[in-house]
Amino acid sequence: MEHYSMNLNLKVWRQQNAAAKGGFKLYRVENISSEMSFLEMFDVLNEQLVHAGEDPITFDHDCREGICGACSMHINGKPHGPWYANTTCQLHMRAFKDGDTIVVEPWRANAFPVIKDLMVDRSAFDRIIQAGGYVSVNTGNAVDGNAIPIPKNNADEAFAAAMCIGCGACVAACKNSSAMLFVGAKVSHLALLPQGDPERGSRVVNMLAQMDKEGFGACTNTGACEAACPKEISLSNIARLNKEYLAASFVDNK
Amino acid sequence: MTWKQVFTSSVGKKLVMGFTGIFLILFLIIHVGLNACIWAGDNGVMFTQAAHFMGGNWVPRVLEIGLFAGLLLHIIQGYMLSFSNQSKRSQGYAVDFGNRGSKWYSRSMGLLGTIILLFLVVHISDFWLPNRVSQGFLLGPEINLFDKMRVEFSELWVVILYVLGCLSLGYHLAHGFQSAFRTIGVHNKKYNTLLSTIGYAFAIIVPLAFAMMPVSFYLGWV
Ligand code: HEM
Ligand code: SF4
Ligand code: FES
Repeated sequence: MEHYSMNLNLKVWRQQNAAAKGGFKLYRVENISSEMSFLEMFDVLNEQLVHAGEDPITFDHDCREGICGACSMHINGKPHGPWYANTTCQLHMRAFKDGDTIVVEPWRANAFPVIKDLMVDRSAFDRIIQAGGYVSVNTGNAVDGNAIPIPKNNADEAFAAAMCIGCGACVAACKNSSAMLFVGAKVSHLALLPQGDPERGSRVVNMLAQMDKEGFGACTNTGACEAACPKEISLSNIARLNKEYLAASFVDNK
Repeated sequence: MTWKQVFTSSVGKKLVMGFTGIFLILFLIIHVGLNACIWAGDNGVMFTQAAHFMGGNWVPRVLEIGLFAGLLLHIIQGYMLSFSNQSKRSQGYAVDFGNRGSKWYSRSMGLLGTIILLFLVVHISDFWLPNRVSQGFLLGPEINLFDKMRVEFSELWVVILYVLGCLSLGYHLAHGFQSAFRTIGVHNKKYNTLLSTIGYAFAIIVPLAFAMMPVSFYLGWV
């Protein structure tokens, strides 16, 4: 595609801190290259703000290559913007035309409170992982990978679930602010593998209890999460979580 | 994990929705099947026999208590879940995610359920209640429900209300049928595809058959 430059109007959510009442502010950026990433466009805007002596816009980012899940921006009504299976850092400005107005908001969910501007606190996800998203092993020599036979299909599905980068777009897209796609991916990843089997019951129970405690909603299977997920995590992981939970609740003898 | 912990968790609450939803779907199959007897072309003879079997016999009458319990549980849990889910995002988006990625009716289960509930209030007081009152809520003499239908469905507004109720039921089931199976843990993609196909067929055929009942009376087909 041919390279072009554009001038854009940005409507960006500004909020001093978690307690402050935020609001939208209008900005104009000029001469933006179609080959820039969305975050590079924000870098240009922030340079502009710093030169004008204003407070730059706070936003989360780390890898800028679509693997860390930090770059949480709700762009024109869609988590991570208009492209399918994509993160904000991998969204390029060729998705937009000269003269466009782009609205940028933080993730909206009570479980993800705004820290400042576009940056939200996603540590609820860390606490959910801490509640059971791991395999307890004694240290020692690593077992040879081929010593544990795993059906190819399970390995593939576990890998697909493990692709989740914890970005929170599923929560941002869900009308219930449910984190079930995230939790479903983590539970499925380990439930599909023999290494995860011994703790499968306590894992799903504890991770779900933590999810509820953090204030995420319940799943109603609308599928908005799957459509917004940059890693194409399948909705069927949620159904697998439900199955794991049902099994754990019947088998548990307390 | 105690039962209390199970059924107060978000998944446990959804399990209640799923199981009661499937239970109500099973009820619908019986209800639509028996009511279809109105089309037997015998001026209601077969229908009256079917109605008598359901109303004048202890077994279905005891099962009826279970039906009301299941319905009530479904309604109460449905509203509690809907309100709780709504409360999880105090500050909404300026630009909404809208239709991308999810069907409007999957996001409107509470609204569709409310329309069904309003319809049910009218429907139950049209037929079930007068019949049970006549029976003294035991096994007393029943009223002629076929004649009652003919009277009720001679009014256009009643017919329209019933058709709207059935339309809401159709959309409720278009999402609810397949969602319920996901909720209770069916995660095999092969079965999910099958169940969503069956779900769409069910959501069209059953409410359509129900809607055709008042229409048939109104147009003088039965
Ligand atoms: C009487 C009024 C009713 C109300 C207020 C109501 C409300 C609801 C609500 C709020 C949900 C939750 C939506 C979700 O979790 O996605 C739901 C789900 C469902 N409803 Fe209803 N409903 C009603 C009647 C019915 C009837 C008559 C049937 C079927 C015959 C039915 C079948 C279902 C099914 C199958 C689900 C899906 C459960 C799941 O996703 O796990 N509902 N209903
Ligand atoms: S499931 Fe997808 S959208 Fe949700 S946190 Fe993981 S990668 Fe992000
Ligand atoms: S910055 Fe790491 S995924 Fe976007």
